[in-house]
Amino acid sequence: MKEIKFENLKSGSNLEKVLVSGQFACTGEIGPPTYASFEEIDKHAREMKGKVDAVNFTDNQTAVVRLSSWGASLRLIYEHGMEPNLQVVCRDRNRLAIQSDLLAAYAHGVRNVLCLSGDHQSFGNHPGCKSVYDVDSVQLINMLKRLRDDGCFECGAECKVNPKFFIGCAENPFGDPFEFRAIRLEKKIEAGADFVQTQCILDMERFELFMEKVRELGLHKRAFICAGLMPVKSPRMARYMQTGVPGMLVSEEFCQRLEKAEDPKAEAVNITVEYIKRCQQIEGVAGVHIMAVAWESIVPTVIEKAGLLPRPTF
Amino acid sequence: MIVAERKPIEKVLEMIAPYKKVLVAGCYGCVTVCLAGGEKEVGILASQIRLARSKDGNPIEVVEQTVERQCDAEYLAKFQDNVSSVEAVVSLACGIGIQYLAEKSPVPVFPGVNTLFLGANLDVGKWAERCFACGDCVLDKTGGICPIARCSKSLLNGPCGGSQYGKCEVSKDVDCGWQLIYDRLKALGQLDKLKEIIPAKNWKRDKGPRTLVREELTLERD
Repeated sequence: MKEIKFENLKSGSNLEKVLVSGQFACTGEIGPPTYASFEEIDKHAREMKGKVDAVNFTDNQTAVVRLSSWGASLRLIYEHGMEPNLQVVCRDRNRLAIQSDLLAAYAHGVRNVLCLSGDHQSFGNHPGCKSVYDVDSVQLINMLKRLRDDGCFECGAECKVNPKFFIGCAENPFGDPFEFRAIRLEKKIEAGADFVQTQCILDMERFELFMEKVRELGLHKRAFICAGLMPVKSPRMARYMQTGVPGMLVSEEFCQRLEKAEDPKAEAVNITVEYIKRCQQIEGVAGVHIMAVAWESIVPTVIEKAGLLPRPTF
Repeated sequence: MIVAERKPIEKVLEMIAPYKKVLVAGCYGCVTVCLAGGEKEVGILASQIRLARSKDGNPIEVVEQTVERQCDAEYLAKFQDNVSSVEAVVSLACGIGIQYLAEKSPVPVFPGVNTLFLGANLDVGKWAERCFACGDCVLDKTGGICPIARCSKSLLNGPCGGSQYGKCEVSKDVDCGWQLIYDRLKALGQLDKLKEIIPAKNWKRDKGPRTLVREELTLERD
C-alpha cells in the first residue's frame, strides 16, 4: 500500500486518516450490554475487526443504564487493538464530569469522540432521574475544541497535556424544523465538529434533500459527513420506526420492500448495501456509519457486499 | 405565577394525625390565583379534615386563616395569635410561604400543596411552565420563548434530533420548544439569530442559595 504522508492532523486517529486521505470511511457501532461483562462486546469486536475504521460505543442509549461507553472503548483498545469512537451524551454528566472522563479516555488512547444531546430520560429505565444538560451538544463540541486547540478547560484554566480529539457530532436530517437542520449542523461545525454521523437514513430522498442544503452552505467542505445507515431485520421493526420513534422518517418503499421480501433479513442487507452505494454517489458524503442495533453481527456482511473491503491501513 | 396543586387529603391527614388542633393557613397570592391555597381552598381542606377525623371518631379542631402573602414577614405576623394556639399548621402557600411561615412558627408547619413550577394560566384550569428562574435571561435571543423552560432538555442551541411535526420526543402532547422558537423568529424575520452559538451557561449556583440585596432600597428603609 502506498504510504501517505499526513500533515496537521487534529488527532491522528485512524478514522481521521481515512477521511483526510479521501477514502470512503466506514464505521460500526456496538451498544454496550446492560450487565457487567465484556463478553458481547468482545464477540462483536472480533466480528468487526479489520472491517471498520472505528467502532462507536453508545453512551447509555435510549437512557437505559449500560456498561459505560468509555469502559467499552478501553476494552476495544487494550483487548482488540481497535479504534473506538467514544459517544458522550449531555444528559448524564456536567462539564466537570465530561472533561474529567475525557482526560482519562485520551490518556488511555481514545482519539474519536462523538458529542450528542442524548435521548430524554423518559425513554429509559430510570425515567424519574434528574437529567443534567449542563452543556448542550454544541457547547460540548466547543468545549472539546478549546481543550484541543487552546489547551484550556471550559472555565479557561490551562490544561497542560491537552487531549487532541477528532471531534464528531450527529445531525438528524429527519427531525424538524427541517429548514433548521442544516443550520444547526453549521453551528456544530462552527463550534468545532470535524466529522458528522447522521441519524440513520431510512428515507433516502429526504437525506438527499438535506445534503442539498448542506452543500448550499458548503458544510461538506468544512467537515466530513458520514451517512448513518441501519440494517432493519424485520418489517415490524421498520413499521414501528416509521410510526413510533420520534424524529425518524421511514419511507413507505423501505417498509414495503421488507414486507414483500421472502427473506426480510437478506433484503435488509440488500437495502443497506444499495443505500451505501447511493451515498457514495452523493456529493459531500465522506463515509458511512453502520448502526445495526441489536444486529451487530451483520455489519461485516454488509460492508463486504458493499465492496468496502479491505479497509485502509496506515 | 408560582403554580401549586393541593396534596391528596390522605397525605394531609397522615401529617397531622397526632394533633388535636391545627391551623390551615392560606395565601392570597399565587396559590389563590391557581386555585390551590386561597381562602376558598382553606375552607374546603378544613372541612375535609374535620369530616374525616370525626368519621374516625378522632375529632380535631381546625382554625382557618388566610393572609395577603406568606412570603412576606409583614403579613406572616398576622398568623401570630392562631399559630400560638394550635399544635400544628398546614400551609397552603407555595413552598416559599410554607418555609417562611415555618421559620416564624413555634409549632410544626406542614405542606398542604405541592409547588410545581413558574407558569402561566393558559385557560380555565390549565397552567404551564414558562420560566426556570435561571438568573440570566436569554429571551432576547430566542424570540421571547425560553429554551430552558420549554425544551425538555433545556438545550440552548437548537432542537435535538427528537423534534418532529412540532412535538417533543417526550410526548405528542408537548410542543417542541425549539420549533416554537423557530416559528416565532421566522415570523419576526429574525431567523439569523438562530446562527448564534450560545455559550455554556453560568447556572449561578456558585454562591449557594441565591439572594438579592438592593442597597438603594435597604438604605431607604434605614
